[in-house]
Amino acid sequence: MIRGLGRWTVSKVSGFGDFALFVGRSFAAAVRTRRLPSRLVGAIYEQGVLCLPVILIVSVFTGLVLGLQGYYVLNRFGSEGMLGALVSLSLIREMAPVLAALMLVGQAGSALAAEIGIQRNSEQLVALETMGVNSLGYVVTPRLFSALAVFPLQTALFVVVGLWGGSLSGSLLLGVDSGIYWSSVEHAVEAKDLQECFTKATVFGLLTISICAYHGFHAHRQRGATGARAVSKSTTRAVVHASIVVLTADYVITSFLV
Amino acid sequence: MSSTHIADLILEVKDLHKSFGERRVLNGIDLDVARGSVTTVLGPSGAGKSVLLKCLADVEQPESGGIRFDGRPLDFRDHAARARFRSRCSFLFQGNALFDSLTALENVALPLEQTTDLPDEEIRARGMEALEQLELHHHWEQHPGQLSGGMQKRLALARAIVTRPELVFFDEPTAGLDPLRRNAVFSMIAKYQRQFGFTALVVTHDVVEALVASDRVALLNHGRICFVGSPGEFADSDHAVVRAFRDSAEALRSSLAGIHSDG
Repeated sequence: MIRGLGRWTVSKVSGFGDFALFVGRSFAAAVRTRRLPSRLVGAIYEQGVLCLPVILIVSVFTGLVLGLQGYYVLNRFGSEGMLGALVSLSLIREMAPVLAALMLVGQAGSALAAEIGIQRNSEQLVALETMGVNSLGYVVTPRLFSALAVFPLQTALFVVVGLWGGSLSGSLLLGVDSGIYWSSVEHAVEAKDLQECFTKATVFGLLTISICAYHGFHAHRQRGATGARAVSKSTTRAVVHASIVVLTADYVITSFLV
Repeated sequence: MSSTHIADLILEVKDLHKSFGERRVLNGIDLDVARGSVTTVLGPSGAGKSVLLKCLADVEQPESGGIRFDGRPLDFRDHAARARFRSRCSFLFQGNALFDSLTALENVALPLEQTTDLPDEEIRARGMEALEQLELHHHWEQHPGQLSGGMQKRLALARAIVTRPELVFFDEPTAGLDPLRRNAVFSMIAKYQRQFGFTALVVTHDVVEALVASDRVALLNHGRICFVGSPGEFADSDHAVVRAFRDSAEALRSSLAGIHSDG
């Protein structure tokens, strides 16, 4: 049992080291990658524009539900006027960065893991290397840089649309004065809340996209699976690991920043 | 072997070994490839032909042995030497390894875009020129999935030659193709090799097509090269392994012919 535990620990530590090297090499590859800006535009389109509908839908419903739940809780204490503060702080400090990251994992992360996995499977990545092209630089680097820009932007959009959703259910449906709602938002939100929000969004973006890219890039290493099965396994692992890491990182960052 | 012949060698392989775990795949390969020739490595499926090619093209790392390219020893740990080698070679994969999300022109232009500082107009012109040479210029906007198997093979060759390489590795270029297409692919390799002057190193198990299109033939068996010679010498050889391999290929042909005549 002890031997098994030791083997498991060594494999996890070496796996973490391998992942850290993968991320480091992907960033370092930016120096030697030609035409990175055009690849970056493509990656921003994938993570930004294509994920916009899901971010909009989830954010508006999150705001609506927060407004609804918050109103009935605050109503018990006669504090409906604090609805804006409750919705805004919940969104900015927790829900927007976490939910936006989880949505982006589901949409852009899974697509990325599957695409790179198929490229590995059909020898496209090896073909790049034989052409003298750094496969990390061509396939992964633009996605990592794009995540650093897109995740905070998507999170900001999530906050704005969520606040509007909260105002919709609170003011329009339940009768909280709109001026009171927005004034409560304005008084509740401080610079450090926004800092926490964007720190989380940036860290989640970097972690999730690199985890998804890592699993796709090493689809051929899946034990007991080859071909399409290896791609499906690596995609599933990517989504599960990235989601768990988002929630874990959320706790760690919150405990440091609160 | 004459000194002129030695000077004309583009690739020299000495005592190359490669294993996967306990399984020894290459067991001391010795092979010389003459500049401007079509050299074919024959061997049964699973003999390690593709592994040999991948070791030579720096896709797999051999455990031991020496490779000399253009008279100089190759050390793939030296990044500059590796980059120089890769800029002078191309690899045509068994499954073509084309990028599905890119058009035919973008696929061909990819190595130029990513490894040179040429302006966009020149890259496009050279990409179109390569497509035209392989009679694919009318399909430049199409994606690989919209092209037939033979066209995809030509597109992969266009991408391989667009950088004007001196040595092109062909990994089972006829795998999964019917006999007519197999013939066409080998004719294509021979035709473009003459046209562009590159050296071709092909691995395949198609004996007849290889004999017609090649200048030199090598036979790989149990991880070693057991025969090297001209196609004529291969056809006439009394070497036991050559004869067994030749006979098995002929037996297959005869049985196929029997099926046709019965039908």
